[in-house]
Amino acid sequence: MTTPQLGITLAGIRMKNPVMVASGTFGYGPEYADLVDLNRLGAIVVKGISLEPWGGNRTPRLVEVSGGLVNAIGLQNPGVQGFVAKYLPFLRHFDVPVIVNIWGKTAEEYAEVAARLDGTEGIAGLEINISCPNIKAGGSAFGTNLESTARVVGAVRRRTRLPIIPKLAPNVSDIAAFARCCVENGADALSLINSYPAMVIDIESRRPVLANVTGGLSGPAIHPIAVKLVYDAARAVKVPLIAIGGITQAREAIEFMIAGASAVAVGTANFTEPLTALEVVDGITRYLGAHGLASAGELVGTVRL
Amino acid sequence: MHVEEGSVVAHEPMGSAYRVLTLRLPRVAAQARPGQFVHLRLAMLSDAVLRRPFSIYRVDGDCVSILYKTIGRGTAAMKSIRLGDAMNVLGPLGNGFPLPTADAIALPVLVAGGYGVAPLYFLASRLPRTGLLFAGGATNADILCVECFQALGWDVRLATDDGSLGVRGLVTAPLDAWLGEARREPEFFACGPNGMLRAVGERAVAGGWKGWLSLDRHMGCGVGACLACVQMIRKDGVETLARVCKDGPIFESREVVWEPSEP
Ligand SMILES: Cc1cc2nc3c(=O)[nH]c(=O)nc-3n(C[C@H](O)[C@H](O)[C@H](O)COP(=O)(O)OP(=O)(O)OC[C@H]3O[C@@H](n4cnc5c(N)ncnc54)[C@H](O)[C@@H]3O)c2cc1C
Ligand SMILES: Cc1cc2nc3c(=O)[nH]c(=O)nc-3n(C[C@H](O)[C@H](O)[C@H](O)COP(=O)(O)O)c2cc1C
Ligand code: FES
Repeated sequence: MTTPQLGITLAGIRMKNPVMVASGTFGYGPEYADLVDLNRLGAIVVKGISLEPWGGNRTPRLVEVSGGLVNAIGLQNPGVQGFVAKYLPFLRHFDVPVIVNIWGKTAEEYAEVAARLDGTEGIAGLEINISCPNIKAGGSAFGTNLESTARVVGAVRRRTRLPIIPKLAPNVSDIAAFARCCVENGADALSLINSYPAMVIDIESRRPVLANVTGGLSGPAIHPIAVKLVYDAARAVKVPLIAIGGITQAREAIEFMIAGASAVAVGTANFTEPLTALEVVDGITRYLGAHGLASAGELVGTVRL
Repeated sequence: MHVEEGSVVAHEPMGSAYRVLTLRLPRVAAQARPGQFVHLRLAMLSDAVLRRPFSIYRVDGDCVSILYKTIGRGTAAMKSIRLGDAMNVLGPLGNGFPLPTADAIALPVLVAGGYGVAPLYFLASRLPRTGLLFAGGATNADILCVECFQALGWDVRLATDDGSLGVRGLVTAPLDAWLGEARREPEFFACGPNGMLRAVGERAVAGGWKGWLSLDRHMGCGVGACLACVQMIRKDGVETLARVCKDGPIFESREVVWEPSEP
């Protein structure tokens, strides 16, 4: 039996395998480099970058719940210049595509970040975060409204030649409409899902646990929600999908691919076990072999109804 | 920094409210420095996505011990850990205390609140000299390891909120009494609740002494990636957000910018 082919080309980005690490859960690369062989990842999606440095929310920023965690980091980041100066040189040493997650408070800011990264060596693509539940301006305020989704994606498209990958919010009534809207405005692929708006209250003090009051739920708890949204989006658009939400082992990644995702990203599970993404790669390889499939692509969208 | 599977070689109560867990972890043990911590994966709590951080309390050969208190569901579940169990440990993490040299002029003064003695005992066991330990807690059950510090030749002063051991009151009471008549400059190493750390830091700044504070923040990744654990720090007059897990947990008193609302 020959070893299955794990390599894929997604929106023009060549990856050794379809398993990436999700934005905000893997820092900018160096944080996990002692533990994880970065060259074995399909791609690294770095923490969200904005035009100017941003301080994020007050602490507590994160709380564990059953089967997941609720975070309200608030997109703290060193700004596009800081990222390029401080982290990109490190990432260039590795043979792994780097996808930069970007956000802004206005459509113009998103486009400006995209323009500054366009033509910068060492960047394979841009993931457009229109779905962060943790900042008032921007974030999911864009991704839950079709008009502003179109505006942001279109503005970014006009300012970059890099592949662009809007990241969809889960809390919309019709994901297919948002998926189509992104593609019509120039998206090369789609990521889904971001964390789900959530809240935790301390019953003794009756105060919200997070300083930001609300946050976003991630981890195993959101996985079946994400599977449904990926399944819906896959039937609405032809561009490749990157599925995110509650992957802890190969089983959930394979489920996403069957639902229609071409690639997946591991988020919260990096905190539980930094080697999760690599274990998922091995698990997919074993699954493909055991099921007589020659490549990861043969699995995509094969759900039997 | 490693992810290492280690087997449990000891797990025993310490007093009525604490336990000591010892794991064989050759790679973590070889790298560990006082003030660093380990991030434990709690496999027995299957719906938990976060590890739990604990200071390194002892390193004996290739074994690493932690000293922990039952706080919530994670530390409660840890009670079921048995000899021979395998545990997944990420560590050693964080920066650790700077180690004063044998000829340093300042006297090492350790200030501990509750399980805060854990990293300070590891520190004392690695210091080429002795000094003073001030330990405080709610009751005598929260005063730990007194004999082990004394065995190393340390002078131990105690305080409890209820007066069941040592001076009644906060640990700053015996500390201030000593400072009032001290003939030698102290260098503080402190680990405990925020209020205690802040009080020690204020004394260090006022006296013009060094004070190394081990901060406690809720953590996600433990390696600097998620930005859950940030603390405002002032360096060269500039305020920046530091990650307690990676840039800390030890910060010098002058660096820490306390929030007005913090105790
Ligand atoms: C650097 C560092 C060193 C520590 N060293 C020790 C030690 O040596 N001995 C010891 O007993 N405890 C130590 N702690 C505190 C210990 O991590 C918490 O008591 C433990 O995480 C509580 O988990 P739980 O599930 O029982 O509590 P829960 O309250 O159920 O936990 C809920 C969440 O809050 C977090 N959490 C709760 N309390 C704390 C706290 N005080 N600090 C950080 N996170 C918290 C938990 O990790 C978990 O993510 C240390 C904390 C830090 C940051
Ligand atoms: C601590 C934390 C920080 C995150 N930061 C970002 C971010 O900056 N940009 C973004 O698009 N998504 C961010 N996310 C969302 C993740 O990329 C991912 O979409 C989500 O966590 C769901 O995947 P999971 O269940 O595997 O964690 C963050 C998630 C977490 C837990
Ligand atoms: S716990 Fe993730 S950055 Fe400190």
